Amino acid sequence: MTAVLTDRPAPPSAARIALARVRLELRLFFRARQQVVFSFAYPVVMLVIFAAILGGDERPGDIPFTQYFLAGIAATGMMLTSFQAVGISIAEERETGQLERLQLLGTPAVAYFAGKAGQVLVTTAAQLALLLPVARYGYDVPLPVDLSHWVTFGWVAALGALAGTVLGVAVSALPGSAASVGTGVSAFALVLQFFSGVFFGFLELPGWMQQFAALFPLKWLTQGMRSAFLPDQAGAFEIAGGWEHGRTALVLAAWVIIGAVVCVRTFRWRRADG
Amino acid sequence: MTTTATPGPVATATRTEPAVHVRGLVKRYGGRAVVDGLDLDVGRGEVFALLGPNGAGKTTTIEILEGVRQRDDGEVRVLGVDPARAGREWRARIGVVSQAEGAAQELTVREILDHFAGYHATPRPTGELVAAVGLEEKVGTRIGRLSGGQRRRLAVALGVQGRPEVVFLDEPTTGMDPVARRQFWELIRGLRSDGTTVLLTTHYLDEAAELADRVGVVAEGRLVEVAPPGELGAELRRLATVHWIEDGVARGVRTESPGPVLRDLLAASVHGDVPGLTVTRPTLEDVYLQLVGAVPAASEGALR
Repeated sequence: MTAVLTDRPAPPSAARIALARVRLELRLFFRARQQVVFSFAYPVVMLVIFAAILGGDERPGDIPFTQYFLAGIAATGMMLTSFQAVGISIAEERETGQLERLQLLGTPAVAYFAGKAGQVLVTTAAQLALLLPVARYGYDVPLPVDLSHWVTFGWVAALGALAGTVLGVAVSALPGSAASVGTGVSAFALVLQFFSGVFFGFLELPGWMQQFAALFPLKWLTQGMRSAFLPDQAGAFEIAGGWEHGRTALVLAAWVIIGAVVCVRTFRWRRADG
Repeated sequence: MTTTATPGPVATATRTEPAVHVRGLVKRYGGRAVVDGLDLDVGRGEVFALLGPNGAGKTTTIEILEGVRQRDDGEVRVLGVDPARAGREWRARIGVVSQAEGAAQELTVREILDHFAGYHATPRPTGELVAAVGLEEKVGTRIGRLSGGQRRRLAVALGVQGRPEVVFLDEPTTGMDPVARRQFWELIRGLRSDGTTVLLTTHYLDEAAELADRVGVVAEGRLVEVAPPGELGAELRRLATVHWIEDGVARGVRTESPGPVLRDLLAASVHGDVPGLTVTRPTLEDVYLQLVGAVPAASEGALR
């Protein structure tokens, strides 16, 4: 081996490490077979079940239930691959000392988060690419009607997945073992799904539930998805009487930016001193 | 002072400042001090072993030196920098082999080494690393299928991947079989001949004696003795024990000068012979056990 270095070049940039992390995270994701099957099958199975039970119903504005519900299914699937998967995986990596190694290598926290975010964006895209054809050809749900609706779909999905990732990083800081964090994350996700109008019309929910849900990304993600999948006139049946694209973008972007800054500053690489 | 022994030709060629400098280090958990006024100096290029029982404060000390644990009091410099305030440039000069495994089980040895190579400006090539730790035949094996000893070797490879100037190893050979341990020792000697400073913790005496230029014995959060392994507990070792049998009863006496004792014994013996006569000096292990307070310190005089 060669002698000790005294003049060493600067360590690789955060961007280079982030790219390497995205590749690693994707490789790890696709090697966890159960997680792959669950992430991709979950939204499809939910669609099949709810369509079988409530397929004949209609939502306000004569919209078939399956069409109304696809937006919620897409949003909840994205929450699964972002918020839940990220929160649980970080808690596990912390418990098994994988984060400790990253800390000892001086890894910038932002590069670690970027690795998670990149993996989430790719897997979310794959998940949607599987769900939409099933909805289109299995249940005759119309896909976004024109380019501008596809663009809406694109930015809402991307911002929603990123916001979910940030929320996942945040909840991974909950105290307790990785298993108990996992339970907490799943329970929170379930409650948030109901509060955010994933399974029901958002308008039918009590006001306090609507207000609680408006604090979190899932409600805005679901609403944004509806604006991409439903006819424009259906916006009249939203709580504000319109799609609120501006507010949706604002809330989701605020989650991503403010959340990321807070997480970078407060992130813990190892479990609390004990 | 015992802490200024010359570690070797390499260190004298580099900067004069010690690689590790600690004064009055204190760390408390819930009011109890696990590190309680520890002083330590490790020269550049030196291999230093911290030896002590579980709970003596070795891991806490080394984690403070690595900059991953906050101290409550004292002065700490590693490569001239306070680890509590150090940045990435400093981290790049430090290598760590901690007790945690810290690797995804689904990756192969080659994949994890290739991945982490990207975190260093000038990493050692993966092929060189696996050869150095004796994992050539396992490069394509997933980490989840490695034995405990093989995982430790991988951890060592990851710890030295960035060509660090100082390497901290926390109980690096725990779980290794004797062959792997000897291979590991060779690796440490290789680092030493490169001029790398090595600070390792161990509770194996033979390992400390084999590898270290100097050994520091830690007990109850303090460094109770620092010396080259051969001189450890020199005062304790001067004390010899003379055993013999007198009237069918085992007798013994501790003394710094067994000569006169033997002379008296032989002079007093009827047949010019003393049954069961032995003179023993404490082994390294005896000295260590006394230093860490596991057995009461010996004093001169007749044995009970």
